[in-house]
Amino acid sequence: MTPEEKKVFMDKIHAFVGMEMAPPTKGPDDVNKAMIRHWCEVMGDANPVYTDEAFAKASSKGSIIAPPAMLQAWSLEGYPMHSPSKDEALLDNQRKLHKVFDDHGYTGVLGTNCTQEYFRDLKPGDQVIAHTVIDSISEEKATQRGIGHFIETVTRFTDQNGEKVGEMRFRVLKFIPNESNKVESAKDEGKPEVPTRIASPRGHDNAWWWQQVDKGVVPIQRCKNCQTLRHPPRSMCGECQSIEWDFIESKLEGEVFSFVELHYPKFPGYQYPLICAVISLGEGTRIVSNIVGCKPEDVKIGMKVKGKVEQVDEKTMLPQFYPA
Amino acid sequence: MAANFKDKAAIVGIANTDFSKNSGRSETQLAAECVAAALRDAGLKPSDVDGMTTFTMDTNDEIEVARAVGIGDLSFYSRVPHGGGAGTGLIHQAVMAIASGAAEVVVCYRALNGRSGHRFSSGVSGAITTADALHWGWYTPYGLLTPASWVAMYTQRYMHITGATKDSLFEVAWTTRNHAATNPAAFFYGKTFDRAEYDAQKKIVDPLSLYDCCQESDGGSCVILTTPERARDLKQPGVLVKGVGQAAAANMESMTSFYRPEIAAIPSMDLAAQQAYAQSGLTPDDIDAAIIYDAFSSIVHWQLESWGFCKKGEAHDFIMDGSLRLDGRLPFNTHGGQLSEAYIHGVNGIVEATKLVRGTSVNQPKKTVNHALVTSGVGVPTGGAILGKM
Repeated sequence: MTPEEKKVFMDKIHAFVGMEMAPPTKGPDDVNKAMIRHWCEVMGDANPVYTDEAFAKASSKGSIIAPPAMLQAWSLEGYPMHSPSKDEALLDNQRKLHKVFDDHGYTGVLGTNCTQEYFRDLKPGDQVIAHTVIDSISEEKATQRGIGHFIETVTRFTDQNGEKVGEMRFRVLKFIPNESNKVESAKDEGKPEVPTRIASPRGHDNAWWWQQVDKGVVPIQRCKNCQTLRHPPRSMCGECQSIEWDFIESKLEGEVFSFVELHYPKFPGYQYPLICAVISLGEGTRIVSNIVGCKPEDVKIGMKVKGKVEQVDEKTMLPQFYPA
Repeated sequence: MAANFKDKAAIVGIANTDFSKNSGRSETQLAAECVAAALRDAGLKPSDVDGMTTFTMDTNDEIEVARAVGIGDLSFYSRVPHGGGAGTGLIHQAVMAIASGAAEVVVCYRALNGRSGHRFSSGVSGAITTADALHWGWYTPYGLLTPASWVAMYTQRYMHITGATKDSLFEVAWTTRNHAATNPAAFFYGKTFDRAEYDAQKKIVDPLSLYDCCQESDGGSCVILTTPERARDLKQPGVLVKGVGQAAAANMESMTSFYRPEIAAIPSMDLAAQQAYAQSGLTPDDIDAAIIYDAFSSIVHWQLESWGFCKKGEAHDFIMDGSLRLDGRLPFNTHGGQLSEAYIHGVNGIVEATKLVRGTSVNQPKKTVNHALVTSGVGVPTGGAILGKM
């Protein structure tokens, strides 16, 4: 968003502050024993004052009460909330507000806090009506999930006599999901991935090198000013301080300068036996790569090698070197 | 006590890059550009620089910027933490370094894509492509993922060039284990091994096998320093720092300096040794015992050469002469080292070196220890200190 677009967006969302989320809503059912019993079973709450008539009668409550934490349950609209109207005009204000966020990329939603206060016990036969107001929208916040805004609603619960029985503050985060979170959720949904080699991150100074490798070319960076070759790539020439550079394509002819055989630990995505080597290229630079196409015990320092770019797994193109 | 900083250093070159919302280039390039421009402003060459300091929060490693700009040997580099609170901290670092002679020309820098790249307003979430992450990216796709693998690369080359064999790697590991065996604080207290047991261990990264690799340990180590005057009034006999060197030699990468003309040595430790000897006026002959950083057995060889206990390439013979044993020329790692006492990143070694000079090591050599050497980890920019009697 440009600063101007951002301002329009902020004005739009702040227009919702102070609005009733929807007309006062009453759930389909009054307070009743069946829903209390279901809730207690699910929550593992064995307090007999919620379910045992005889116990409740003998207690200070005098009869069965609803668990206070069920406060909101009595006003929820139930399953229909999962299929809101397609007609935008019929949406409640909270959904309209969320849609403004969605339309600006804040597609993520996360409930973050909920606090409730209870003013009297609810008993079977009571009615609960929720009056919800969009109380505040925070400034932009940076969170681990992504950049977003906290929306806080305040719900006042009243009974059949209009008496206030409880209050709730509820905060949700509407956010632009981080890329990393997207990757995680994609992993969750798809089939288990076959592990691949740990790829190099691609930044400003090295992505071009890996992009060439993806195309089958192993480049060597060259200073445009003094023609000095350098590897790994760097943004400036250490000889003449020029930041102008191009590259040549390596012939991938060289010899083993040093090498190791990796035994332990073995990492998923790598094929063992595995030889890593520092290779002195004919062009004069060195490169770290793998030696393949021979037995590990046949690799020697000084051995002549010839390389080519190969696809080593589903995702990875790499230079690999063979005995010449 | 006021620091003796007055008139010790002056600002002689300044530069900014352009300021924008989208630089279109890497943070490393921004750092290199402003450093090069300030050098031009001052009329200095990159090779004049021997010190660098920046923010801990900066993503541009000193050694990465040094290589980009063509700066050579570094004898001072530091980081100042705490975000924006570090600003004048860089000047503080530079003045200290210059006043003490640790460095003569210190570059202070900070470069970031604070708008187009990682924004502090976005919190700590999201992928951050640091110079460090890019550096490891030249190795991880091939499977070179562990410290053992990086050290083994130098070791293979060293053995090839010098003819050193596993015999001296065994001698190093075996000697530390013998010292640990008589050190109740050591993990391997009471547990020696013989050559057959050493040879039977699994290979980690050939040519290194299990007993060539240090432990992983929980623990803490601490040393407290004060002035010699104050030390005289304290309970324990003081142990003086006679010399201390810090060094990142030219063309340095963290653990993977595979691009120098020769890799069968560690030039950074050469540089640290030169500094410590020059400061102290001592020579290798003056060193009576040593705590040599031993994350891996083979790294002891190169350090013995760096500190001049033997000639380059001759550590194998020096070790095979029994020099590192308690009754040898240079009793070493009398606590058991990191191979056999504990891996506390070498600070347990500073404790032990101090004990050697005090004369209180659990494995105190029979001879008088006037001076003991203690070194830092190698493969990374490193250092070493010579401790002596007061």
